[in-house]
Amino acid sequence: MNDTLTDKLTAFRQETANWLEANCPASMREPVKNGFDDLYGGGRNGVFKSEDQRIWFERMRDRGWTAPTWPKAYGGGGLSNAEAKVLKEEMAKLGCRAPLWSFGLMMLGPAILHFGTEEQKQKYIREICRGEIWWCQGYSEPGAGSDLAGLQTSAVDQGDHFVVNGQKVWTSYADKADMIFCLVRTNPDVPKQRGISFLLIDMKTEGVSVRPIKLISGKSPFCETFFDNVKVPKENIVGQINDGWTIAKNLLTHERSTVGNLFGSIMPLHEYAVDAVGLENGKLADPTLRPEVARVMINSYALKFAIEQTIDMTKAGHQPGAKSSFFKYYGTELNKDRHELMLSLKGYEGLEWGESYNEGKLARDMCRTKGNSIEGGTTEVQLNIIAKHVLGLPKSK
Amino acid sequence: MALILNEEQQMLKTSAKEFLTQKAPVSALRFLRDTKDSVGYDPSLWSEMVEMGWAALTIPEEFGGMGFGYVGLGQILEESGRTLTASPLVSNLLLGASTIQMGGSAAQKQALLPAIAEGQLTLTLAFEEHSAHRPFAVSSTVEEKDGQLMLNGSKRFVLDGHVAQKLVVSAMYQGEIALFLVDAEADGVKIDRRLMMDSRNAANIQFHGVVVKAADQVGNRSTLEQVLDVARIGLAAEMLGSMQEAFERTIAYLKERVQFKVPIGSFQALQHRAAMMFSEIEVCKSMVLKALQAVDAQDTKVPVLASMVKAKVGEVIQVVTNESIQMFGGIGMTDDEEIGFFMKRARVAQQTFGDYNYHLDRFASLNGF
Repeated sequence: MNDTLTDKLTAFRQETANWLEANCPASMREPVKNGFDDLYGGGRNGVFKSEDQRIWFERMRDRGWTAPTWPKAYGGGGLSNAEAKVLKEEMAKLGCRAPLWSFGLMMLGPAILHFGTEEQKQKYIREICRGEIWWCQGYSEPGAGSDLAGLQTSAVDQGDHFVVNGQKVWTSYADKADMIFCLVRTNPDVPKQRGISFLLIDMKTEGVSVRPIKLISGKSPFCETFFDNVKVPKENIVGQINDGWTIAKNLLTHERSTVGNLFGSIMPLHEYAVDAVGLENGKLADPTLRPEVARVMINSYALKFAIEQTIDMTKAGHQPGAKSSFFKYYGTELNKDRHELMLSLKGYEGLEWGESYNEGKLARDMCRTKGNSIEGGTTEVQLNIIAKHVLGLPKSK
Repeated sequence: MALILNEEQQMLKTSAKEFLTQKAPVSALRFLRDTKDSVGYDPSLWSEMVEMGWAALTIPEEFGGMGFGYVGLGQILEESGRTLTASPLVSNLLLGASTIQMGGSAAQKQALLPAIAEGQLTLTLAFEEHSAHRPFAVSSTVEEKDGQLMLNGSKRFVLDGHVAQKLVVSAMYQGEIALFLVDAEADGVKIDRRLMMDSRNAANIQFHGVVVKAADQVGNRSTLEQVLDVARIGLAAEMLGSMQEAFERTIAYLKERVQFKVPIGSFQALQHRAAMMFSEIEVCKSMVLKALQAVDAQDTKVPVLASMVKAKVGEVIQVVTNESIQMFGGIGMTDDEEIGFFMKRARVAQQTFGDYNYHLDRFASLNGF
């Protein structure tokens, strides 16, 4: 990197640090206690949990820093990747919470920036950056889980609009969402991947209904969403008609690496273990769990280094390709493993369920981790992908 | 530091691969085994390695070396793991040269390191006394008797112990663990070569009143610990090469072997196990490089990384070599097929410098639990 660029970045870092210090309210620098529930999710009926949360969101929104690297023209921050990294680092230094957390930012936005029309970018990207619309995702169906491309929800062309009929499942936060991005079948007479389109549907449209799903962990954000003769304008299609699978795959890759990353962070598991069972002569008081704690920690480091290497390879201009194909599988299995171990370490105390999620957090979290290797492509589907696309093994009969 | 090889390291890896595949493939190890070779490796092959500068790689330039570092040596070790090449890379460089470098006086470095770099001298470290890796439970002694220092005791599993010219021996001296340089041909040294399952060299050595000088001390307990960490990481690089080769050969076999009129690699029962092994090998690659880089950077995390990588690589190579034989089926059980050589080398390498359980325990202790 040349000196002018370095100087510019240093100046940007200083400005950013000053601005964050002056503008991030103290309560927005405290660690979140209830995961995503403590973050602002936006939406037409967006509710701020505190005045500080509102102030923090609005100040960041006005700088375009809810989506730092997206183009300014659509409401983003227009930062370079290097600047965005600086912003992230400076936010981390102060412990700043994310001002906005949404599927729009994480999933739909990147897809529209890549595949959308200019009109769609002007409308949807701006809304996402400003937290005006709460988006949910409609992919899986009761009969289309691992075989996602076998989905049946149909969208029939009626000239100026589509009529949608069918059912989606695992639609997170559908009960709170304003809009849903959906995979629908627009052609039933071709090989399954080639008859799918990517459609945006307003949840307020007549014929859309939602039912929440309760999980083994207790409450959950998941819902079932039903479509009964729902009229959707033609311009709500993203990309070409019958080419939705391309967008879906693009999005899924993104989701899988995010899920893998989310669980790749190293919890100080040994501190947790010492806290739970104590030390005896400097060693964990439970001699059978001691090597288990070491094993799980080493596997966490293993994944961390692999992710680090992928990032470094990308920076150096190499295609990491195969290197990242196993992150989703590895990270989610590791997270299950770690939670089982935490439950063993905590003993009877860890089995408490209580009246609310936080009273029985470990037991509920542990139940919830079972879903990690199912959602976003099951472990078995991930292993199929590696076997076929990375190892080049022949197709199974 | 970016977790990737630089251009020079990559070139070294490529040339090592070419050289070893051509000059020392698995069949060369089979030949040494079947002819009951008295050295246990091919001295002319070692001379060629020396000519290419491999012995000088980790030795600093001021002592006649190249100062290229352990990431470089790691690439050669990895490639030698693919070909299962028998050579004194581990004994002479990872153990011998590292000991002199980390524990030797200026005079010792000046006297010994250039000789190693030029291939004039082979060294090894004699430090094991028990049935498994317990480097700090030392009973051998160096004590003064009749105005002379004398070494007494016995060592096991001394790598290349029957051919190394000099031995570095651990012994209790003035109440502490110390390392002493001993000539392999000195009076009172009795060497017993043992044949191991991997067809490589190890010896049991007895020392009866061997005369040593105080000036021959090359470091202490902390030297031994440092050298072992470097050796663990280097050996993990070799094991990484072996597991990759065994895995790739197995994948090729799954595509080629037909049963029930289809390649057996089309069966999901085998595909998923293959994909799991692939993932485990990938994380080993990153971890080995991380540890090698830490050695060159003299990072304080070297001990933790050494235990992490030796445990992880040991765990994975056991799975991979077992699955290889299972997936090769009956043919994998025959001596004619080379896949079995990988399991045999793996088992020895797994125990060398501490096995999976040893390093889980050490990792826990180093992390204060």
